[in-house]
Order: sequence, then structure tokens, then C-alpha cells
Amino acid sequence: MCLGIPMKIEKIQGEFAQVQSGSLKRQVNIQMLSSIKLGDYVIVHAGFAIEKLNSQKAKETLKIIHEIR
Amino acid sequence: MKYVDEFRNKNLANKISQKIHSLAHSESLRIMEVCGSHTQSFHRFGLGKLLPPSIKFISGPGCPVCVSSPGYIDAAIALAQDKNNIILSFGDMLRVPGSKSTLEMARVAGAQVGVVYSALEAISVAFQNPKKKVIFLAVGFETTVPTVGLTVLDAKRKGLRNIFFYCAFKLIPPALEYLAKDCDLNISGFLLPGHVSAIIGTKPYAFIAKRYKIGCCVAGFEPLDMLEGIYFLLQQRIKKRPKVENQYNRAVRSLGNLKAKKIISSVFEPTVANWRGLGSIAQSGLRLRKEFSRLDAVREFGFKAENKSSGIKDTRCRCREVIRGIEEPRDCLLFKKICSPEHPYGPCMISSEGTCNVYYRYC
Repeated sequence: MCLGIPMKIEKIQGEFAQVQSGSLKRQVNIQMLSSIKLGDYVIVHAGFAIEKLNSQKAKETLKIIHEIR
Repeated sequence: MKYVDEFRNKNLANKISQKIHSLAHSESLRIMEVCGSHTQSFHRFGLGKLLPPSIKFISGPGCPVCVSSPGYIDAAIALAQDKNNIILSFGDMLRVPGSKSTLEMARVAGAQVGVVYSALEAISVAFQNPKKKVIFLAVGFETTVPTVGLTVLDAKRKGLRNIFFYCAFKLIPPALEYLAKDCDLNISGFLLPGHVSAIIGTKPYAFIAKRYKIGCCVAGFEPLDMLEGIYFLLQQRIKKRPKVENQYNRAVRSLGNLKAKKIISSVFEPTVANWRGLGSIAQSGLRLRKEFSRLDAVREFGFKAENKSSGIKDTRCRCREVIRGIEEPRDCLLFKKICSPEHPYGPCMISSEGTCNVYYRYC
């Protein structure tokens, strides 16, 4: 039950947003997050977006992995 | 898929694996994860084959369903027997054994037991059934707590008088301390749960590195995430500098999700919790604050929050040892013989995140 999938924000309506990952679409509550906008990726857990993914940090992580010698 | 495909790159996984092999020759490591999603990913992607034999990867109490105590299930079943009540729960909970039965068996016998994907669904059910008492089984780790917290706040705001929350949340840092103190386990590193940490941040783990000299690394759930996390733990071990690192910083901030933490502290307060397989651990659970006592199932129905039974009656069932990471599922005589996902005997076989269930499917 702890599965958290990165999903893209497609539509925002008040406290809820429509999110999508592949063919999977869901309506999720976004009250836990600040400054969410269309195109952001969020971690979804039990019907709630619990955190926004930081694309810059993701790139840095991959860069560190590439640099492992 | 963004944030998924790039973290499953086979060439990069092999590269980290080679690096781990080159560093690990003189180091023996016992790394424990405490997250069902880590258990699943590790075996689903066959990461064990990418690690040297000197690194032992252990699954701890990472499945919130598996650690729910039988006393809690018994109380939920007792509530379900009353035709005026509707019990709502996350799906896996229905098959968790109490001391005699399961919620699923109660449902077959006619009890009103429903499954929800989100706690918020309980609000709609309460509205639709004004003459019934709706009881939500509030279980889960820190990831789930704020989702229930928002539901509690919503129920109070709407003035609902027929919804109650039966809390048996479990908190990860006190459980880590319990495991760190267990000399039998001899843990050299914790691979920490990504989404629990997205809520609480990295600071609540600092005492594990400082007091118990055990390295910690928060990690994501893709193969590269977990391998890099193990690589970081190995480096900490070699340098003899245990600390808390954050491999999963694309989703985890050091202070966590401040809004979520505020929701948690405004609705709940710490209390003792009873973990199946581990027993009672102080301050490792949460109960509703007094301001929300009208919504508290424990107050409404007048029973103890949880009893202290370890709940595993058949001594052949090794779930208690599996939950503590002392034994593997294949050490159990029941595994794959009597106990299977279709006919689970112990709690670790029930949820898709349970260690025995994962081993059954992937190992």
C-alpha cells in the first residue's frame, strides 16, 4: 500500500487534480502540496499527491551515477 | 515514463554493481530495508544478483498490513459483527488474520466490510449511510498518516457524526531504533524508505547514525536508486563514517513535507503501538488528539486501542522472525507448501508488499 507512482498533473480543479501515468488516470487530492502547476510530476499515494518531483535533483542524481568510476 | 525509465538503465546498473563488487571484497555488510516497495523492487528486478555475496540484503518490518496486530483485527471484526456498523479499510487488511478469523471471513458471513483506495472515500460512505456508523481502519506508516489526517479534518469540518477512525498507525524511526538495538540482527546499514521520508524528511533518522553508529541512506524505488543507496552505505562503512544520506532527493527534502507534517501534528499525537512480530514499542504509533475525540473509534466503542498478543499461534509460522529480518521466508516450513498468496497462513504472505509474498512471486 506504500506504492508511490510518479504521475503528471494534467488538470487542476481546486483541491483536486487529474494525474496521468501511461494509460492510468486518477483524480488526486493536492492539498498537501504548494505551488503545483500543470506538467509537474507528483508522487501519488492512496489518492493524495504527497510530494512534487524535482527535475533538477533527478538530473543531478543521474549525473552522479554516470560519474561513478 | 519520466522518472522511471532513466532509473532502470541496465548499463548504469551494471556499472554501479561493478563498483560495489570492487569495494566490497573486504567488507561484509548487513543492509536492512524497512519498506515493502523496496522489498518488491529488489526481488522484481533481481538486484540480489548484482550484489557480491558479502552483502546481505534483509527485509525488515516494511509492510504496514503485515505488522498490524491480531488484537486490532479482532476488535475490527467485533465491530463488523454489529449490523449498524460499516467497516472500511485498505484492501490488503481484509485477509490479515486475527486470533480466530479475518475481516474477509466476516464479510462473507454478512458483515458490512468495504475496501477503499483513499481515506477520503469514507466521507462519502458516511454521507450516504446516515443511519450507520462508518469505521475507518486507519493503518499505515507516515506516508499514509497525513492522508487520513486530512480526512479527519474534513469529517470535523463537515460535522459528520457517524464516522470514526480506528487508529493503528506505525512510525518508522522508533522501529529502526528497536532493530538497531537488536544484537542478533547486527545491522550495518539501513536503506531508508523513500516515501515515508518524503513526509518526515531525513532529520528524524540522525540519531540512528549518531547513537548506534549505523549508516543510513534514503533511497528511491527504481533499480539505480537502490543500487546507488547500497553503494553510499558501503562507502560510509569503508570510511567508518555513519551518517544519513539522501539518494532520493528528487522527492525527499531534508525537512520533509512541511504541510503534511503540520497536518499530522495537528490531528494526531504519539502513543505506544503494538507491532505484530515485534511487540509494543513506545511512541511508535499515533492516536487522535483530544480535539478529535468525538471521531475516535476507541472512545466511541470503548475498547482498548490494541492488545499485546503477538498473534502468531502456530510455531511453524516464521513471520515473526521474517518481520525482524532474522530469517528468510524459505526458512519457514509452511512457505510454498501450506502458505501461499491464495491461501496465506501468516501476515507476511498477504500483502503484495509482504516479504513472503514477494519471495513467493520472484524468488
